[in-house]
Amino acid sequence: MASIDIESVRKSYGPFPVLHGVDLTIRDGEFIVLVGPSGCGKSTLLRMIAGLEEVTSGDIRISGNRVNDLAPKDRDIAMVFQSYALYPHMSVADNMSYSLRLRKTAKEKIASAVGGAAAKLGLEPLLERRPKALSGGQRQRVAMGRAIVRKPKAFLFDEPLSNLDARLREQMRAEIKKLHADLKATSIYVTHDQIEAMTLADRIVAMHGGVVQQVGSPLELYDTPANLFVAGFIGSPGMNFLEGRYVVPGEGKGAGIRLSDGTVVPVASRTGIGPDATVTLGIRPEHVVISDTGMLEASVDLVEPTGFGIILHLSLHGLPFKIFTLDREALSAGPTVRVDFPQKYLHVFDDKGDRVG
Amino acid sequence: MRPGKLLLIGAHRGAILVYVVFALFPLFWLLKVSVTPNDLLYSEGVRMWPSRTTFEHFNFVIAHSAFPTFFKNSLIVSGATAVVVTILASLSGYALSRFSFRAKYWIVALMLITQMFPLVMLVAPIFKMLSPLGLTNSLTGLVIVYSAFNVPFATFLMQSFFDGIPKDLEEAAMIDGATQFVAFRQIILPLTLPGIAATLGFVFTAAWSELLFALMLISGNDAATFPVGLLTFVSKFSVDFGQMMAAGVLALIPACLFFLLIQRYLVQGLTAGAVKG
Amino acid sequence: MMHQPIQKHRPPLRKRLADASEPYLYSAPALILIAAVMLVPLVVGISYAFRDIQLLNPFSGGFVGLDHFRALGQDQAFFGALRNTLWWTGASVFFQFTFGLILALLLDKPFYGRGLVQALVFLPWAVPSFLAGLNWAWLFNPVIGPLPHWFVALGLMDEPHNILSDPHLAMWGPIVANVWWGIPFFAITLLAALQAIPRDLYEAASIDGAGPVQRFLSITLPFLAPTIAITVLLRTVWISNFADLIVVMTNGGPADRTQIVASYIFTQAFRRLDFGYASAIALVLLALLLVYSMLIVLLRQTMLNKG
Repeated sequence: MASIDIESVRKSYGPFPVLHGVDLTIRDGEFIVLVGPSGCGKSTLLRMIAGLEEVTSGDIRISGNRVNDLAPKDRDIAMVFQSYALYPHMSVADNMSYSLRLRKTAKEKIASAVGGAAAKLGLEPLLERRPKALSGGQRQRVAMGRAIVRKPKAFLFDEPLSNLDARLREQMRAEIKKLHADLKATSIYVTHDQIEAMTLADRIVAMHGGVVQQVGSPLELYDTPANLFVAGFIGSPGMNFLEGRYVVPGEGKGAGIRLSDGTVVPVASRTGIGPDATVTLGIRPEHVVISDTGMLEASVDLVEPTGFGIILHLSLHGLPFKIFTLDREALSAGPTVRVDFPQKYLHVFDDKGDRVG
Repeated sequence: MRPGKLLLIGAHRGAILVYVVFALFPLFWLLKVSVTPNDLLYSEGVRMWPSRTTFEHFNFVIAHSAFPTFFKNSLIVSGATAVVVTILASLSGYALSRFSFRAKYWIVALMLITQMFPLVMLVAPIFKMLSPLGLTNSLTGLVIVYSAFNVPFATFLMQSFFDGIPKDLEEAAMIDGATQFVAFRQIILPLTLPGIAATLGFVFTAAWSELLFALMLISGNDAATFPVGLLTFVSKFSVDFGQMMAAGVLALIPACLFFLLIQRYLVQGLTAGAVKG
Repeated sequence: MMHQPIQKHRPPLRKRLADASEPYLYSAPALILIAAVMLVPLVVGISYAFRDIQLLNPFSGGFVGLDHFRALGQDQAFFGALRNTLWWTGASVFFQFTFGLILALLLDKPFYGRGLVQALVFLPWAVPSFLAGLNWAWLFNPVIGPLPHWFVALGLMDEPHNILSDPHLAMWGPIVANVWWGIPFFAITLLAALQAIPRDLYEAASIDGAGPVQRFLSITLPFLAPTIAITVLLRTVWISNFADLIVVMTNGGPADRTQIVASYIFTQAFRRLDFGYASAIALVLLALLLVYSMLIVLLRQTMLNKG
């Protein structure tokens, strides 16, 4: 087990920068999820930790030792690939034991390590099969098994579940979480799926355009997104945004945001923005309250029952706006609804997109 | 089934039959003449199969002619060329498939050009260059020349096989603790075996078939390869048709064996390289 | 954070050198061999074109400037060979391609025994070229071959004789052998391209109301076009240089009626041992092929610009 330190790490391909200086400290035993849209640099960062990509500048340390110039094989890390990367000409058992055989581990030790991992993952009946004869979920398990037999310093996961169907993905997600609780191994997990990030992570690292946007626990990112990108990326259906101008408190009135139609949505007073500054107001669909006395009126475009709840697609001042509710009455919503925004659920972002207050 | 559809199927099968007959008839005739006794060769002319068959031509060719030497020489030259080329092409194909480096574009261009220009241009200079080195009239000389001629195409072929192996596998091996070379040997090479077999076979057949440089570089029977021997035989004994065709049938054997081995992969695998080359 | 000067991180020199040289090490043996056996002779050959090099004449070897090319300008056999090359290449490529495409289309339909049929019709491709040449020469030979007798029976000939010794017909001999030998190459390449066309495209077109002819014109042909262009181009160059069948079947005769430029070069080098003159012809051939390739590239450019 080990801690991993990433110090102002940059990566560029020729003149094209893909990572603009990443600083990150991963504690021993922590489960870190790197999340972001494709092309944000999350996979590149993971591959640099693995030693599969050169570091352009900066340092990567595993247990305090600088590993920039170490070959992948000398870093003592295991990786689960998106494609699983199982060796097609080897049986499941040989796939799992390959790393131990390369290290010339004693036969009995290999057998017990493979047996143990297979038992944990329910792979015992499949040990003699070739990868070709396995289902997608089974292959995924073998890839996990190959990683855990080694007892490495850290586990790296590169979108390991994205080739599975929805149900299997849910199941494997839970298993990965259980495995981590069991092994307590330092893990870095790359995904573009924010649900995976939310459910698995001790801490999430949200990335965009080669820059870390926010690091924090899942609920921190959910409740206090640092900027518009994180606010929009985390959560599904995504957060609603409305443009407006900040109204400073005074004359017996509290602070508010004036929307384009003149309505002022009251918000808690913020420091750091001046009067009349352009801001973006954000509220999550599940936090919007439908009420006959609501201050804003929106027309209903579409009603989407998901079974679990209902998503209402609305137009508010001509812009799309979503509500998520568990209340089945919403199914019979009329052509318009009135809505309210509870103050404590409102997010305000300045004209640079950064959170205010 | 509608009669129109039936007619269409009939036309399809008929057309295919025409192709099969066209493809096989010359080879069939070769075989037929090679087993026809001399006395029937002229009297029975265009008959599809002689009334009596014999292996005397084969016996003569194997026991009383220089063909076994030619056969052996061709085996040595083609086999050695195939091995040399496959080794070199595996290395260069691997480089082209797995690395991006500055000279890659130029290497590919160079190899493509060698596929375009007329090799017959090189007949005279190569003879002049090999002669003082004692490499004319020598099997080694032929192996060197044939190897160079076949390396570019074989490189593209091997590259396409390497391209078919996901890079993830190597990376997984390197993370599992392998050096790049161990990953190449234990993971990539076993997976490329069909490709290596195909390349071996390809180069072997190409070397087996080569005529012009063999004619130019080899005089005398001792180092003659099969094509050279057969052509000399044809011009010397141009009436011994039975024997010539028996020798022809023998020359066909290695090529056909190779063909049967790879024909399964032909359409899926080899064309990727064939189109590039 | 963005304005910090980027400090280039430098791994140890030895590791950088090793990393950078790796692909070169892998490709070096192949490149050295190609350079030694193909590029050096190519340059040497070009120099021969301006020298008097005759193998049997120990006093030869001097620089003769453009003498060979002047002689070439007067050489009727060379111009004949040029015409024959066009004829040989054009007819061979046309028939190989046409019959190859038809074969590929026939084989693209699943039917019982397709695997076996495929193996049989592709077999000529594995036959060594010298043997294909000899084989067809024998088939055209009235003494042992059936073809002349069949031609007579069909009324195409008055009496069985060998077309390979008929100056007007001789070129058809090597062309037929070449077509027989080359159909599989086109068929294999085109069949692979055909099988790469997604099947649901055809289904979608059928549902949209396209008949078989429309499906061929609007799906098959556009998908095949790049493969067709590349293979036909490469094959044209290759066949124009392909002298084996002619050397084996007719040796350029009768009366040079089947001599193509490539076989003419070989004859000069191999039979007359006049390496200087052979190299001069080779240089002209190379120039012609370069011009051809340039024309193709230009044509492609204009077509792309239009598209």
